[in-house]
Amino acid sequence: MTTMRERFYELAREALDQDERVAVVTAQIGNEAIGEHPRHFDVGIREQLTIGVAAGLALEGYRPIAHSYTPFLVERPYEMLKLDLGHNDLGAVLVSIGASYDAAHEGRTHQAPEDVVLVAALPGWTIHVPGHVDEADRLFRQALGGDGRTYLRLSEETNHARVDPGWLTVLRHGSPGAPLVVAVGPTLTPVLEATSDRDVTVAYIATVRPFPHDELRGALGDGTDVVLVEPYQAGTSAAEIAVALPDRPHRLLALGVPNAEFRRYGTGEEHRAAHGLDRAGITGALSEFLV
Amino acid sequence: MATTTTPRFGYDDLPALLSRLTGDEKHDRSSFSTLDVLWVLYDRVLGENDRFILSKGHGPAAFYAVLAAKGIVPVEALDGFGSFDSPLGYHPDRNRAPGVEFSSGSLGHGLGVATGVALTGRRVWCLVGDGELDEGSNWEAVQYAGRIGLASLTAIAMDNDSAFHGWPDGIERRFMLEGWTALRVDGRDHEALEAALAPDPEATRPRCIVAEVRAR
Repeated sequence: MTTMRERFYELAREALDQDERVAVVTAQIGNEAIGEHPRHFDVGIREQLTIGVAAGLALEGYRPIAHSYTPFLVERPYEMLKLDLGHNDLGAVLVSIGASYDAAHEGRTHQAPEDVVLVAALPGWTIHVPGHVDEADRLFRQALGGDGRTYLRLSEETNHARVDPGWLTVLRHGSPGAPLVVAVGPTLTPVLEATSDRDVTVAYIATVRPFPHDELRGALGDGTDVVLVEPYQAGTSAAEIAVALPDRPHRLLALGVPNAEFRRYGTGEEHRAAHGLDRAGITGALSEFLV
Repeated sequence: MATTTTPRFGYDDLPALLSRLTGDEKHDRSSFSTLDVLWVLYDRVLGENDRFILSKGHGPAAFYAVLAAKGIVPVEALDGFGSFDSPLGYHPDRNRAPGVEFSSGSLGHGLGVATGVALTGRRVWCLVGDGELDEGSNWEAVQYAGRIGLASLTAIAMDNDSAFHGWPDGIERRFMLEGWTALRVDGRDHEALEAALAPDPEATRPRCIVAEVRAR
């Protein structure tokens, strides 16, 4: 099966060939896969420059795509995201690979569960967290067609099937007042497995900024319990739940990667389990919360 | 570059315009160091399709004074410098101030953005400070632009001896090592500045003009 990363490279090549507005800026990641093109600029291992160059290209009317591994695209050049793009009100599409722990064996340098909370802390960004290669395809095309600032977070983790377009999609309806479990991106498959014998409503989102406040409120109905399952730092969107329910007493369980140094290598699958984001972990957390 | 039909003031009017920009005196040294370079750029060098990026965005009083002298910034806006409703802050904002092509102030951002602009073929001049060049992000741009021969990029490095550890053997040497052409000129000499900063259609490499000034 084609990975999100492979599909992105196909789409980047296609965009360069078909749209004269598009320029791609890389920093020694994805260089060969995207290939040579007059508007593909590989700046070497210079990640701050990646964003600066993207801003300069946007200043000239181009639609820049900046691409690298998550920590090198978001964390290292963070001030360039804030100022060169954000404060200057310039648009770009940032496409990351690696997610929270795709390359767990590389260690902490390549683990970036903080990326979404960092980008979300800056105003004006759209953040997509696709859970399937076909969603990544659609969201990339959507981002490229706009002129704003978009962060597209690709992952090796994937759900069994894509979810068709929709901001917040209810995939399973519980009884009136049932708890609402919101799965973000690639957490959907384990969420569906963990809730298969529970009376809960299961909803899915792949676009987390802006956050679908009204849709979440509607999906919760008369219920009071919300479970948010995120593939990055736990609670990244917890405040958004509060914004959605300002007048509604509610309880929230936020599952995700704990904000703690996790000094382990291994595989992504092992990290997912260690963080309680696999079927067993989610099942156990739900059992404690939904007593 | 934003342009207007007629210049409203000359070089000799700049002190009077600068005197209206009060409140940011801590940046006086930085601001006054750039005055002549900015004047020469806007009076003699920049064309309508050229870009100028003030990377050294702290101490922008001289920049605003020159823009006002050229009729790009309304002169009356100078009086509110740094106030709540003013378009002119202590660090320029392109979304507020006429003629500002890139919001700056945090050091080490302009050269990277100017590199992106130059990659499209547009001529761009980027002004940095010798202290600002301590920031590592500058050198990502300097290395890359030098390696690929980005001839439409001109960096102007103001040397007012404000880099804490100095630049032994000169700033220009660092740029030349990375494949740039480099030249040191008197940052108050308008003829020398014009000759050094004028577009060079024959250029095959990026260039750095080190403009040396002494504190007034």
